[in-house]
Amino acid sequence: MSNERAAGGAAPGAASTGSAITRDEVAHLARLSRLALGEDELGHFAAQLDEIISAVARVQQVAAQDIPPTSHALPITNVFRPDEVRPSLAPEQALAEAPAAEEQRFRVPRILGEEA
Amino acid sequence: MSGELTRRSAAELAELIASGQVSAVDVAQAHLDRIAAVDGEVRAFLHVDAETTLAQARAVDERRAAGERLGPLAGVPIAHKDVFTTADMPTTAGSRILQGWRPPYDATITARLRAAGLVIIGKTNMDEFAMGSSTENSAYGPTRNPWDTSRIPGGSSGGSSAAVAAYEAPLATGTDTGGSIRQPAAVTGIVGVKPTYGGSSRYGLIAFASSLDTPGPFARNVLDAALLHEAFSGHDPMDSTSIDRPVPPVVEAARRGDVAGLRVGVVRELGGEGYQPGVLARFNDSVELLESLGAKVVEVSCPHFGYALPAYYLIAPSECSSNLARFDAMRYGLRVGDDGTRSAEEVMALTRAEGFGPEVKRRIMLGTYALSSGYYDAYYGKAQQVRTLITRDFDAAFEQVDVLVSPTTPTTAFPIGDRVDDPMAMYLADLATIPANLAGNAAISVPCGLSDDGLPVGLQIMAPTLADDRVYRVGAAVERALEDRWGGPLLAKAPELAEADR
Repeated sequence: MSNERAAGGAAPGAASTGSAITRDEVAHLARLSRLALGEDELGHFAAQLDEIISAVARVQQVAAQDIPPTSHALPITNVFRPDEVRPSLAPEQALAEAPAAEEQRFRVPRILGEEA
Repeated sequence: MSGELTRRSAAELAELIASGQVSAVDVAQAHLDRIAAVDGEVRAFLHVDAETTLAQARAVDERRAAGERLGPLAGVPIAHKDVFTTADMPTTAGSRILQGWRPPYDATITARLRAAGLVIIGKTNMDEFAMGSSTENSAYGPTRNPWDTSRIPGGSSGGSSAAVAAYEAPLATGTDTGGSIRQPAAVTGIVGVKPTYGGSSRYGLIAFASSLDTPGPFARNVLDAALLHEAFSGHDPMDSTSIDRPVPPVVEAARRGDVAGLRVGVVRELGGEGYQPGVLARFNDSVELLESLGAKVVEVSCPHFGYALPAYYLIAPSECSSNLARFDAMRYGLRVGDDGTRSAEEVMALTRAEGFGPEVKRRIMLGTYALSSGYYDAYYGKAQQVRTLITRDFDAAFEQVDVLVSPTTPTTAFPIGDRVDDPMAMYLADLATIPANLAGNAAISVPCGLSDDGLPVGLQIMAPTLADDRVYRVGAAVERALEDRWGGPLLAKAPELAEADR
């Protein structure tokens, strides 16, 4: 999923002052998250997300300009293995739980727009 | 005999089986009977399959009959959190999007349980994708606390904690991302351990927040937890973050259980406001107990711990928003609205809206927000810096002391329904457990008494990374001293559950 800017108009700095997250912003987040939310859900989530975001914005109170970020608790290095052929799932195993399968493949809905 | 077997420890059961005094099948049947009698009320399990269970037990009996020397937990039943893949049982992670899913492979933890001869008796309920502190976020309804069935058993591993506390299994697996083993252990009066991150494999564990998710054990005593820890831990080439080092000597430490001369730090920031008085009273008793056992207790400050909760609720949702993108309705799981006209993207959005519950949706959107360009630096970036500061706080503290202690949770088990539509109130349940997740070090919760409301309280003991043995050593010392005082385990004070007619 792309990390497009979540809200069209609001400046990033506005968030730190605890400005409200609007229903429109939630609708945009839901689109980015591939969640087909109903109208009633949008309002409910807007109120809750506003409260949560205001609370977690406290991380901005920590003066940490020169502090390196930690993405992971332990130092991580790339792990390699020899490039050898190993057993893998048989097609019928891989497809056993597919919502739809055809000719040993996953059958999916159309991926292009209707006009395409 | 059948009723008596369910009260035994895992170590005792393994000994009875190894010496031929009882069969693994008898032990499995006793626990299946107990589940049949009380799980209608407790609802710890999402899936129990008597035939599969008895077949596993029979295999252990056959190995013994053939003269094979069995491992220290062979034949012991275990309740397995439904977040680990099992090729012979459905795996749902508490979500409707995975209802009835049969994974094509076993998680490494699952495979190691089988290799150790443990008998997987069923899959336990959990908050959907391990997001929650009460199991109320399960798509299959909440589990109930055996101490008071109107209350929550903790979460996200609440099915596992309830199963062990209700004598439905002597052992259970869990996963701890922000406290999901320690908090349920604390509120049900049992032992729960979050090992060092990377000490237990994540392969085949349905991912929530990959930099935090840590499998660990539940048991009714510290030694049993150590035996399970040792059985499933250790390097796994299938997990790129798995630590390639020997498993710390946790069983030896649990057997030793002494604190003489040990330096214990009380974390100033994990107590006081927001903590229930009865919880603090039991915690203070535990600190006095540690002193009386010869530990040197000092107060330690970890000034950034107050920012752990907000940092966690940015980092974990950010990782989840990425991890849960895999549920796209294409290769497995639920698919909704595929009517031949809708596009893949529309089907995906309809499926995710119907397949995910409210808390999962909240966290996916919160994470998407925190990772959005324009907000990234102010939220996710800042949270990562806080993570560094918390790790430094731990490093500084562990220069002064060998272990740190705090209450495991701010309160005892709250009533079912109390916080279900108040996410921030629910998040506070993880206040004291989150720092160790962000820094990756080891921590345990052991029962330390009852609060004024008659409900169990947990003592959290934290040790440095890869010093998991230390939390067992201190936990076992506290356990032994308290059980001497009480004349038995805390769990013996729990009211008996009514057994339904079979």
